[in-house]
Amino acid sequence: MKTLNFRVILFIFALIFGVVFSVPSLTQSEQGKKITLGLDLQGGLHMLLGIKSEVAIESRIKSMAATVKYIFDDEEIIFDELRMVDGEKITFELLDSDDVTKAKALLKKGLDGTILNENGLKFSIEMTAEEIARTKQNAISQAVDTIRTRLDSFGLAEPTVAKQGVDKILVEVPGIKTQEDEQRIRELIARAAHLQLMAVDEDRIARVSTMSLQEAKSFGDVILKDVNTPEKYLLRAIPVLDGSMLTDAKVGFDKNNQPVINFTLNGQGAKIFGDFTGKYVGKRMAVVLDNDVYSAPNINERIGGGRVQISGRFKLSEAHDLAIALRSGALLAPVYVMEKRSVGPSLGADNIKASMLALMLGFVLVVLFMILYYGMAGVIANVALIGNLFLILAVMSLFGATLTLPGMAGIVLTVGMAVDANVIINERIRELLHEGKSIAKSIEEGYNKAFTAILDANVTTLIAAVVLWAYGTGPLKGFALTMGIGILASMLTAIVGTHGIYQWLLPKINKNKLGFWFGIKKEGKK
Amino acid sequence: MEIFKYKKPLNLMAQSKRFGLVSLTLLIISIGLIVTKGFNYGLDFAGGTLVQVHYKEKAPIDKVRVAITKVKEYQNASVTYFGNDNEIIIRTKKSSKSLDKDMGDAMRLLLKGTGDFEVRRVDIVGAKVGSELREKGLMAMFLSILGILIYVSFRFEWRFAIASVMALIHDVTIAMGAVVLFGIEVNLDTLAALLTILGYSLNDTIIVFDRIREGINTIKNPDLGSIIDESVTQTLSRTTLTSLTTFFVVLTLFMFGGEIIKGFSFTLLVGVVVGTYSSIFVASPILMMLGFSVSDYRLKAAEKAKRTKEKEKMRAMYENGTI
Repeated sequence: MKTLNFRVILFIFALIFGVVFSVPSLTQSEQGKKITLGLDLQGGLHMLLGIKSEVAIESRIKSMAATVKYIFDDEEIIFDELRMVDGEKITFELLDSDDVTKAKALLKKGLDGTILNENGLKFSIEMTAEEIARTKQNAISQAVDTIRTRLDSFGLAEPTVAKQGVDKILVEVPGIKTQEDEQRIRELIARAAHLQLMAVDEDRIARVSTMSLQEAKSFGDVILKDVNTPEKYLLRAIPVLDGSMLTDAKVGFDKNNQPVINFTLNGQGAKIFGDFTGKYVGKRMAVVLDNDVYSAPNINERIGGGRVQISGRFKLSEAHDLAIALRSGALLAPVYVMEKRSVGPSLGADNIKASMLALMLGFVLVVLFMILYYGMAGVIANVALIGNLFLILAVMSLFGATLTLPGMAGIVLTVGMAVDANVIINERIRELLHEGKSIAKSIEEGYNKAFTAILDANVTTLIAAVVLWAYGTGPLKGFALTMGIGILASMLTAIVGTHGIYQWLLPKINKNKLGFWFGIKKEGKK
Repeated sequence: MEIFKYKKPLNLMAQSKRFGLVSLTLLIISIGLIVTKGFNYGLDFAGGTLVQVHYKEKAPIDKVRVAITKVKEYQNASVTYFGNDNEIIIRTKKSSKSLDKDMGDAMRLLLKGTGDFEVRRVDIVGAKVGSELREKGLMAMFLSILGILIYVSFRFEWRFAIASVMALIHDVTIAMGAVVLFGIEVNLDTLAALLTILGYSLNDTIIVFDRIREGINTIKNPDLGSIIDESVTQTLSRTTLTSLTTFFVVLTLFMFGGEIIKGFSFTLLVGVVVGTYSSIFVASPILMMLGFSVSDYRLKAAEKAKRTKEKEKMRAMYENGTI
């Protein structure tokens, strides 16, 4: 037998490479790089979230209004009609024209990224376009970080949270067991987690049941509902303090063994809280989360140390999720669903089963056909095909690529297309054999002549795969990926590999047994 | 085994008018279907909500229909079996933006008491995302065709490129026609199938064109028709067999790959068949129609060869220091 040639050696190396690196994926071992199963195969939640960034702008405007009020009060500048208009700008009027220069200087110093327009004594403040863009961007990156922190603390394996495009957030959570768990995760993500401690307006609360929202507003109050009961509270609109001063939140239990959330305030928060409780002994303070009143205990004495408790007849899981949301901080702007795909684990398992069955059957059909039609030449093509499959798995494992259901379809399709090269080559060889060329010459010339056709055909398919990869989303990318890798790998296995095998086996090929070797009846000579 | 054995060239080009008529008829029917009946856009492109529910026993589809009408929002929802009797799909055109409560959650409550069930899939696609996906899909089609056009022009000649792209458009249009005719839902995977047809149906065309290219250089008779006849006949076995292997696997995907990829595999199935037909009977006649002249091509090739030879000569002279 002829010594091994470089093509065979290359093919053997490729085969070893393929087998070695696909083993971790096939055995699902803990070690080594392996293919991740897509959410459609292992079950999980995929969401594309949009963000209402205008809410972040609005709250910036709100805080700007507070700043204006603070500055003017501090400097004793008299003003009137301080208003927010459409959540876009602030307007106010100065009463004394002597204050104008001073006020303008103060505002310029105190408010960054704003434009001050004046019309006599009437002023309006708007955010600059850059400031608006910056605030929106900030809201998105803050939301991405916050959601990531929340999902990480929830204790699920490898959630993905990433900014997509300019204003979208991609969330992928694999391995969710039940729909109930999935809903819990969605609630956790959606939670604004805006915590406020608010004083109860004890002077007017008796009238709360008949009071309109407008009337409450005129007193500087808001009406909020209890989270569990229909009871309504009249609260001072400006909170004593909010969640930004919170440093930690943990699940604990009260004396009735009910789950509660204990949270700790930072130094400034603790001081404000201490002062407030000292001043308002005998009155009530409400713990408000996302505009629901959770509790409104009576203040019995000054509370130092900055430790506060929320009790609200929680289920344990609820308290657990709420503590996570509080720790991760509030969302600057609410998020909403633009696209959601959730697949239960049992459906994922069904998808794997169905696509594996199709892969197996397709593979067996192609392998049988090749052997029946081409004899040994078919066997050689099948060896290359197996090599090709291992190579696809190995390359995907090395890149830690994701295998999706369309990706499986791509592999099945590759099985059909990878042997195309061998069909083209074998037909050429047969043709040359029929012309009466020697076996060695037929093989060499057959490979030479077939090469351009195979190359051109593969490149065009590759063009389609690349475009699909670039423009496809999620699962489609998986299809383009496996098909692309499959085509590239087939160039190595189906062209170089089989060529090498022929060269290696050449001395053994009996010209009187062309039926066995190439599946043709007619023997070499005409 | 040998099925196709080359004996003498088939007389294909003489028949090209007849094939042209068949293709034209199919094209007109397809375009007619696409225009009048239109695509049945699925969730991915139209937006909406889809909930897949699996029952342990046969799904009580009538009970489900009654149960969901309790909520006004779902009164227009359609309920259909999906693949088998245990599986149903509930679908509406609306898509809620709410994160913490969606149709899947609502169904879990509404369907209580209809049997032992599990909500297995909830897909929501907002209208904005749907239109974005559609735009991207069209763009992908366009770019693929453009890329192929450029590559084939570069490797062959511009008339080959035009002919192959026209054959492609022929294939994709007929595949789309079949999708409309059979009411297959058009989703992202259908798009993937169409793009695969683009790449794949070209494979066969290229095998034929490659042979014609070779024939132009080796066959003495400069009549394009007879060169095409001979080349097509010689590649007939290749064209059919390569399609056959792909057809096998796509067929297994269609039959056993599960309901979700039915649309994908069906589209491919049509594409493989039409693609094979077009590479034999459509692409080459177009090449003839475009007035490809063998003698011109040979003249150009000869000139090109002469130029390279001269260049080499000059270089050799330069290297030898004679210039």
